[in-house]
Amino acid sequence: MQNNYYQPYYETMPYEEIKKLQSEKLVKQVKHVYDNVKYYRDLMDEKGVKPEDIKGIEDLHKLPFLKKDDLREAYPYGMLATDLKDCVRIQSTSGTTGKRVVAFYTQNDVDMWEECCARAITAVGGTNEDVCQVCYGYGLFTGGPGLNGGSHKVGCLTLPMSSGNTERQIQFMMDLNATILCCTPSYAAYIGESLKERGYKPEDNKLKAGIFGAEPWTEEMRRDIEKSLGIKAYDIYGLTETSGPGVAFECQEQTGMHINEDHFLAEIIDPETGEVLPIGSKGELVFTSLDKEAFPLIRYRTRDICVLSREKCSCGRTFVKMTKPMGRSDDMMIIRGVNVFPSQIEAVLLNSGYAPNYQIVVDRVNNTDTLDINVEMMPEDFSDTPKDIMNKEKSLAGSIKTMLGISPKVHLVAPKSITRSEGKAVRVIDNRKRLGINV
Amino acid sequence: MAIKQLSIFVENKEGKLVTITDTIAKANIDIRALSVADTQEFGIFRLIVTDPEKAKAALESSGCFVSITNIVGVAIADEPGSLSKVVNILARHNINIEYMYAFITVSKKFAYVVLRVADNAAAEKILTENGIKLIEEKDITSI
Repeated sequence: MQNNYYQPYYETMPYEEIKKLQSEKLVKQVKHVYDNVKYYRDLMDEKGVKPEDIKGIEDLHKLPFLKKDDLREAYPYGMLATDLKDCVRIQSTSGTTGKRVVAFYTQNDVDMWEECCARAITAVGGTNEDVCQVCYGYGLFTGGPGLNGGSHKVGCLTLPMSSGNTERQIQFMMDLNATILCCTPSYAAYIGESLKERGYKPEDNKLKAGIFGAEPWTEEMRRDIEKSLGIKAYDIYGLTETSGPGVAFECQEQTGMHINEDHFLAEIIDPETGEVLPIGSKGELVFTSLDKEAFPLIRYRTRDICVLSREKCSCGRTFVKMTKPMGRSDDMMIIRGVNVFPSQIEAVLLNSGYAPNYQIVVDRVNNTDTLDINVEMMPEDFSDTPKDIMNKEKSLAGSIKTMLGISPKVHLVAPKSITRSEGKAVRVIDNRKRLGINV
Repeated sequence: MAIKQLSIFVENKEGKLVTITDTIAKANIDIRALSVADTQEFGIFRLIVTDPEKAKAALESSGCFVSITNIVGVAIADEPGSLSKVVNILARHNINIEYMYAFITVSKKFAYVVLRVADNAAAEKILTENGIKLIEEKDITSI
């Protein structure tokens, strides 16, 4: 296995040294936010913590948590820790679940973020001989700008495609011999499907690797994408609040994402009690950004549920690895009292030979929650009798029931009838919210 | 020998059927016979047309989901007892009929019956042996 590092000094730093580095940075960062951000000062005063109480990462637990609601409350400038004249960029969340969060960046912040993305690209084998096609959205969304910057830093020829216009994506991919593809996993699957429709075989393109993130996906979906595009598919993780993609990235081992620990300090907590859990426990991921100047986050609760591991990685990186988020705590649906993550349903679909084109509709009828799953049937599954289709629906519903413990109603629908996403896929429609039910 | 039938998946939504009939009309294709199988949520629209391949291509390009099914077609005299004779032959040989529908040919005084069975070749063999005339694609075109 090749060991491709962008910044080998940090990426392979012994853990004891990482801790020392993190401690130094944390002490400085806490003082920085206390001195410059009233919101933090108030939070810390309320908890009775002073910057001088924080002598290293062992004192991290003394600090208050920060939640997305805090960031919304502080919109737009409440979290800003530097002068506006020192900022060169903003990025923003989609704001689909509430008020947008706007994050500010100094030039150093942008450089650090892009270096993180450069590490991700290098880790999948990217060099200055590669052609990197970025079809994440550009603009306020961090996906496009982050990977674009990382690709520049590595020296790849960068195709700043942005999302959408699949016809043009395919034309540039084939004509300009793209070797690395960066987009959401659902769009990667769609590109694979579109290539097949146009008569291309997986070996007809020059792609070798894909870096896919910004939405939850499963191992099964990874294998599907790898097969349809003839590539290795790698996960990348990040959130606008901390910088963007590149907070963590997969190496060629494909067994979890290395967190860039020189910049981001990770903890796992019990989402109910806030108690810090030992490494290896499943819980909510919490980040402290150690280097961000303009928009530093201390103990930011990501709502992503995952597990961390410090097992030695064959790639030689010493950074802790996180599993793929098992669902965001806010992706989780409670249906008839059962916790359901869309990723569980997706895993069953892919295992049963369906494409990841589905929509989950939750509703409440006569005071009972209903779970309907629309799934596109595979063209070869369609025959001339309703019985065949209904049997397939029944069998799929059975498999999903085994996984979730509750019975869904499965509806097979015509291929291509579920709207394709070019950004984040809309997987769940929860009509209970419309009824004013708190879910 | 088999006859090609178009099977079209139709969701129970407004306007879905219009798309199908309009597309076939625009492609200048004649519908010889049709039947619909429906459930609460979707239907399968089955058509015998003059040019199944062309119809399939036209329907697919208007976003319809279509497959071609091979079915058995027989020509029977347009008189009492003819259909019963065919059904009896198949029943005697334990051949189940999934579905069937019939149409009358004005010029030839024949009725055509199309049958969906599990094993086309077996059914065709038995029907032929029992003196039933099978029809082919060209019989459909030339009505």
